[in-house]
Amino acid sequence: MPAGSCCMKATCMSMTEPEELADEVVPAEQAAIELDSSLPRFATPIVPRATIAGRALIAIIAIMTFLASVTIGSVVSVETAASGWQSNLAREVTIQVRPVAGRDIEADIGKAAAIARSVRGVAAVRPYSRQDSMELLQPWLDGMTIDELPIPRIIAVEIASGQSPDFAALRKSLMEQVPPASLDDHRGFIDHMHTMTRAVLAAGVGVLALVTLATVLSVAFATRGVIATNRQVIEVLHYVGAKNAFIAGHFQRHFLLLGLQGGAIGGGLALALFALAGLLSGSLLSAPEGAQLSALFGSFSIGTGGYAAVLAQVLLMAVVTAMTSRYTVYRMLETVQ
Amino acid sequence: MVRFENVGLRYGLGPEVLRDLTFRIDPHSFQFLTGPSGAGKTSLMRMLFLSLRPTRGLITLFGHDVATLGKDAFASLRRRIGVVFQDFRLLDHMTTYENVALPFRVMGRSEDSFRDQVIELLDWVGLGERMSAYPPILSGGEKQRAAIARAVIARPQLLLADEPTGNVDPTHAQRLLRLFVELNKSGTAVLIATHDIALMDQYDARRLVLHEGHLHVYD
Repeated sequence: MPAGSCCMKATCMSMTEPEELADEVVPAEQAAIELDSSLPRFATPIVPRATIAGRALIAIIAIMTFLASVTIGSVVSVETAASGWQSNLAREVTIQVRPVAGRDIEADIGKAAAIARSVRGVAAVRPYSRQDSMELLQPWLDGMTIDELPIPRIIAVEIASGQSPDFAALRKSLMEQVPPASLDDHRGFIDHMHTMTRAVLAAGVGVLALVTLATVLSVAFATRGVIATNRQVIEVLHYVGAKNAFIAGHFQRHFLLLGLQGGAIGGGLALALFALAGLLSGSLLSAPEGAQLSALFGSFSIGTGGYAAVLAQVLLMAVVTAMTSRYTVYRMLETVQ
Repeated sequence: MVRFENVGLRYGLGPEVLRDLTFRIDPHSFQFLTGPSGAGKTSLMRMLFLSLRPTRGLITLFGHDVATLGKDAFASLRRRIGVVFQDFRLLDHMTTYENVALPFRVMGRSEDSFRDQVIELLDWVGLGERMSAYPPILSGGEKQRAAIARAVIARPQLLLADEPTGNVDPTHAQRLLRLFVELNKSGTAVLIATHDIALMDQYDARRLVLHEGHLHVYD
């Protein structure tokens, strides 16, 4: 009999009493009619769905994805805020002029402003007048007048876009020509902010690593349980000639689906949380407290990049789930064989 | 087709349960494997369908030394062997049709290429009306026929049947024997493990007798 053709046809013809093997044999005509109406289909999954503790695993993956997404969102939010602060600070430096006995502070301010204006890359110089200083400090002075306090005066120096003035030369000129003046280019604050941002990023990466590890372990344990439950299925698959890749592929498909479901739930909840936070912070912006919060923490918006990162996290969780199950199945199949 | 040379098998550090087995199974041949309970028939069958490795000796299957083969090669060889288990080993979550079609499914063939073949075989073994039934609701005889259909659907070169008549009455056992004989005539080498003397007396075939771990061949 040729392979691939109807296997038993010739044999069937050669056997004179096939009916003896059957309790009831379906006549060919009847079978043809049944075939036309409803052809049998191989629709059942190789690995029975009921043997997989799907809901529990989906819940675990959803929680892990939520935690990972919140971590990613938080890191993105902090980085965005820090970047905003840094950008603002980098566009402006400050010259402080201390009041010194025996010196005319207004003359010192005028001279320092002139030195600043002469530096290439400076877009604007704005000395704060006595009145400006009064207004700035008024909330903290509680009725006192500025003349009673030795408060330094400030000159705001705005840097031209894309320019990088020579601050060292400016500092030196001020030191030589206006000794009470000092330049604050916010370098120390920016360095602190860099350190803080890096620390937040490192903490976020650490949390993500732990969450991923916990997911891998959860999926590995779940896969082991499923394999133990389906040991007979795996044995039969081996006996009919299934390769390990075929068996592992079916388990992987199941777990990929579970990973996608759990990831979508967890990631969806995280995205909803960020969207809600963005809406609330937006509505608060009109209030003075909202403006202060926005200045301090940014807008609570994770932006397009943040949303993309959360979606990538969902896919990552699904892939991690699928690959972990595949790897676990492969390792266990070695022992089964 | 199959060659055993001085094959021995022990479980763990225990004594050898099979010793110095040397025999051949030729293409198109028919043989019974018999012996008292505990003689090692099932262990020998497991070595034949590559479920168990020998602790010593040489097994050659379809010209391949099984000791040197990887797991994927094992799978390829198993596709040339049909196995009927005493306890059927049907998958309860699949219909009779799906159980019988399983060997084609693992080969990656499209359903259109094997559907007619499976339906025709199921009709032939009398399960045409039970295609959508699940194994738990099949009778013992129906399960037996479904298991045999699964073993022969891919036209194996070697059919191994472990106590295939253990769960059926003598009349049905005769019918099954006739099925195996017909399969053998169509080119499949057949090895039936049984301790049913009456069954063996019905067909004049080579006998492999296991006794106290040794194999005696009666041509």
